[in-house]
Amino acid sequence: MYATMRAWLGKNIRWIAHVSALAPLVLLGFDALTDTLGANPIQEITLRTGKTALLLLISSLACTPFNTVFGFPPIIKVRRELGLYAFLYVCVHFLIFALIDYGLDTDLVYEAIFEKPYALVGFTALVLLLPLAVTSTKAWQKRLRKKWKSLHKLAYVVTGLAVVHYVWLVKSDYREPLAWGALVVVLLILRLSPVKRSILMVRSRIRTRRAQTVRSSLATSVVKSQN
Amino acid sequence: MDKVPSSEITSKDNYLSRRKFIKRAAIIGSGALVGGGYLYNRFQTRMVQTEAASALVAEALPEAGSLVDEMGDPLNSFEDIANFNNYYEFTTDKQGVARLSAGFPTSPWQVEVGGLVNNPGVYDIDDLRTKWDQEERIYRMRCVEGWSMVIPWVGFPLHKLLAEVEPTSDATHVRFETLHAPDLMPGQSTPWYEWPYVEGLRLDEAMNGLAILSTGLYGESLLPQNGAPIRLVVPWKYGFKGIKSIVKINLVDYRPVTLWMAAAPNEYGFVSNVQPDVPHPRWSQATERRIGELGRRETLPFNGYADQVAHLYEGMDLSQHNA
Repeated sequence: MYATMRAWLGKNIRWIAHVSALAPLVLLGFDALTDTLGANPIQEITLRTGKTALLLLISSLACTPFNTVFGFPPIIKVRRELGLYAFLYVCVHFLIFALIDYGLDTDLVYEAIFEKPYALVGFTALVLLLPLAVTSTKAWQKRLRKKWKSLHKLAYVVTGLAVVHYVWLVKSDYREPLAWGALVVVLLILRLSPVKRSILMVRSRIRTRRAQTVRSSLATSVVKSQN
Repeated sequence: MDKVPSSEITSKDNYLSRRKFIKRAAIIGSGALVGGGYLYNRFQTRMVQTEAASALVAEALPEAGSLVDEMGDPLNSFEDIANFNNYYEFTTDKQGVARLSAGFPTSPWQVEVGGLVNNPGVYDIDDLRTKWDQEERIYRMRCVEGWSMVIPWVGFPLHKLLAEVEPTSDATHVRFETLHAPDLMPGQSTPWYEWPYVEGLRLDEAMNGLAILSTGLYGESLLPQNGAPIRLVVPWKYGFKGIKSIVKINLVDYRPVTLWMAAAPNEYGFVSNVQPDVPHPRWSQATERRIGELGRRETLPFNGYADQVAHLYEGMDLSQHNA
């Protein structure tokens, strides 16, 4: 049962990722058309796209550690897609802010971005995300070789900045943004090579033990059937 | 979300005719009264000044029944006012307050007025609704988060209540307190704030004609999400100064520590006037979004009420956002 589910998930993970990443956008469009975004729709859209972008960034970062812990290589296939969808939501988030909220009034946008750390941090995350989106293709990966990996470690910086941006928005119940921040730290720790090595060791030990149990139970049943 | 049925939303025509019944503030011969601009210290003289200021207020504000504020901007719809609320006693979700506060019991309700006064008393909400003329005041409400509304409040000037209880000469500030009932207000079970909600005004601010205790809006009794049965409205200050569901009003001789001052002293101060040139530490206060509009508009000093209140702050340094 578990093995079948695993296989099915591995085969279908791509479209599952596409559908789940697009669902919030579709829902947003639906709510906008049916006028159910509430009294302050611009704020609602800004909050929702920002939150989705953060969740997608974290999901993208989680792929590699997830594979380390659970041994599920297919998840690596959606890492790039999740990151690119995060970039899409960040763009919508920023464009709503600059175009609709501030009506592209350059003085106001400039003041809002550069004079308050809260927005500056978010804007920095957007700027840092740009080279990652551009170099996300296989061609760029080949061209940059080893540098590509170091460059894409920026994803952690971007997500960290996104968490700070979120914390600064909240008035005083910081639980939710801090929980996301803690998750990012955990994901980062799981990537440290000593941690990674010991997890892999534990996993291989579990695998050996499971194999042994299977073998011994097989042996017992063989013995039983012989009796 | 619990929507107000459209049958209960007052139509404009209906509303206009109903509003004819709401009495206008009947203060005559206003203009010349505020002569000189010097400061008074004693309560009695302050009363004279307050009457004069009230008259000015009444002249500058739109007439009862108006559908726009004195700047020509339209009232927000009843639906928006009733479904977009900051009321952390229920939830921090602005669109969730209406649902969670439905059924909050606002009758019977008593307001205890005491402290440094000659005539302390416990007022029944029904008495407060009828004791003084209920005036309609169309005020802009500017939230510290950067959004605003135009709301047709119904209520009476706070100075009328204060005059009746007679603050002693030691009284310098007014301290307000919200009901504390975690079983009725689920947000009060969260540990992030020191409940109950406390707010305060300097006595001269409280005596200003703009400060009202509101018991209704759009000609109807307040709904729980808007602070029923009685709340403070001080339109030249950020919205959080407008404490809701008041049960205690005390005259004191110290500056009260408000809930927000206790929760984040580096972000929220006692005075908390609307000041576009003084940014909040995390965001600018230069602009605001009027609910119902897409873009932003510039925020006005004292939320557009500088003529009525700026004199209260002459000589004060308000350049700190948490003043």
